[in-house]
Amino acid sequence: MGTVLRRLLLALPIAFGVSVVCFALVYIAPGDPLQTIVPPDATQATIDAVKHAYGLDKPLVVQYLIWLWRVLHGNLGTSISTTRPVALEVMLALGNTMRLVALAMPAALIVGYAMGVAAARFPGGWIDRAVTGIAVVGVSLPNYWVGVVLVILCAVQWSLLPATGMGSGHAALLSWESLRFMILPSISLALIPMGIIARSTRACVLDLASHDFVLTLRAKGMSESTVTRHVLRNALPQVIAIVGLQFGYLMGGSILVETVFSWPGSGFLLGRAIQNRDVPLLQGTVLVLAMIFVATNLLVDLLQVRLDPRLRRG
Amino acid sequence: MSAPLLEIADLDVAFHGDGTPVQALSGVSLRLDPGQVLCIIGESGSGKSVTLRAMMRLLPERRARIGGQISFAGRDVLAMTDRQLRAMRGREMAMIFQEPMTALDPVYTIGAQIAETVRRHLGGTQAAARARALDMLERVGVPSAARRLDAYPHELSGGLRQRAMIALALSCGPQLLLADEPTTALDATVQIQVLLLLRRLQAELGMGIVFVTHDLGVAAEIADRVAVMYAGRIVEEGSVAEVLGRPAHPYTAGLLASSVEHVAPGAEIAAIPGAPPDLRALPPGCSFAPRCRHAVAACDATVPPPVRPGPGRMARCFTPLGFAPSGHAVEEHVA
Repeated sequence: MGTVLRRLLLALPIAFGVSVVCFALVYIAPGDPLQTIVPPDATQATIDAVKHAYGLDKPLVVQYLIWLWRVLHGNLGTSISTTRPVALEVMLALGNTMRLVALAMPAALIVGYAMGVAAARFPGGWIDRAVTGIAVVGVSLPNYWVGVVLVILCAVQWSLLPATGMGSGHAALLSWESLRFMILPSISLALIPMGIIARSTRACVLDLASHDFVLTLRAKGMSESTVTRHVLRNALPQVIAIVGLQFGYLMGGSILVETVFSWPGSGFLLGRAIQNRDVPLLQGTVLVLAMIFVATNLLVDLLQVRLDPRLRRG
Repeated sequence: MSAPLLEIADLDVAFHGDGTPVQALSGVSLRLDPGQVLCIIGESGSGKSVTLRAMMRLLPERRARIGGQISFAGRDVLAMTDRQLRAMRGREMAMIFQEPMTALDPVYTIGAQIAETVRRHLGGTQAAARARALDMLERVGVPSAARRLDAYPHELSGGLRQRAMIALALSCGPQLLLADEPTTALDATVQIQVLLLLRRLQAELGMGIVFVTHDLGVAAEIADRVAVMYAGRIVEEGSVAEVLGRPAHPYTAGLLASSVEHVAPGAEIAAIPGAPPDLRALPPGCSFAPRCRHAVAACDATVPPPVRPGPGRMARCFTPLGFAPSGHAVEEHVA
């Protein structure tokens, strides 16, 4: 219990730092946030009035504290370009990204894990070489380019799946009508995590297989399936750490992939906020995404403590 | 003499991988009677651990080529199917290792690991297996055993971990225990405790032990018989008192002379000059000849056949110390 509390307390300063960076980002980035709101021919009086209305005339620290206070109360402000609450925009976009992640992450995990375990079984064999090849290709190919190729092949050439969008939005979530829109973007998103999970699983299993406890298990007369179970159980904390990290990345959405597929997720939203210089939307989206990342890491930490007794002390 | 518990004849092991094969064992022959303790002594790389693992067929199947015969309790180990091997391992033949920290699974409790073995071989309920595990932990002298049952390996001291490892190995009542340097990683005081424990359990359970070590003091403490290995061959074998008291092979004599025990502080320690040969390119003759002060021309030409310098003794040497080349003992020997 003490460990859980300690990890939670450790996450707090990280969250605070993240909020500072998110807020400051906008002021570090080039371009004046006022530019998009006021017309170019506005008088100084109008500019000052708008500045005052948005609180931009106050000192930065005060601005930050006001912003933080609102954020802590769940108020992320209002989007300048859509005039809807930022919280609503972010939640809708996250929900859409989540749909892709819900498909891409399990696929990446299952395929990557299976590939890694298969490769580790005969290191140096043709399976191992094939897995290494696929994993390297999966990690190195730009995923948006893969997306474009998939669209050309599956949508344009063979007319199997829709090229972009997410359908009417009225169809049930798990129906083919909505799933078919998710397949191509999910594949594009799954490639990098799949490659990373395959490589890490292979390394981890190979490392564990050379451990003495595996020899002990054999010397105890355990079957190969029991030995494998022990090895996989030992590999679990490491695999979870990698999966957690990849989950965090995926929740951030990929601006490029979501743009290729016109998928209105968090990456797409981020891209729009940047293009429109929509400061509150940008700050809110980045903050929420960063917090998801922090929370995922915290969760992974806690899971690892649960799974590895050696981490429970100290 | 009764039927041997373990008999090894002309055991060859070569590791094939990338490049030249490594000849880890050449013509190893050993015999162990029920309830006997045999110590295999040698430097690192001499093949003692490989011999031990070959007895249980734990060498990597794909890379290790095994030749010769291993018979355990009248059965041919090298002809066993995987299923027969698994039934034998842990049940009739068990093994303990040098480093119990890495030899035990770090994410399972001690009790779970012992119970797993018990259920694998003796069946029964989880509760019965746990009771057996507790019994074993008490038997090997683990204090507050009931609490230690739910401890993870990292929560125990080195000595207790090795005791837990011994409890695990003996949980199904094996006839033969293979011990791979089980005291090397322990503190000197704990070392002697573990040795005494093994000797007590050996007497109580009447099992045979093959004990691998590089420590002559440990061998003197626990062994009935001693086999000295050099570069994958057994160069000398005999009772512990005879081999350590009157070594016949110059290598054994060299080992004894270079031992730091019983050497006065400041006195010169007689190290054996040179280094062991490359196992990828063994010389045609005696592997020790290049380092041997007593080598003659014949030593470099052929591997010395075993000679019997005394009853129950064997040495592979053309010029055994203290013995005439014909095999009769002479009065004075020079060590």
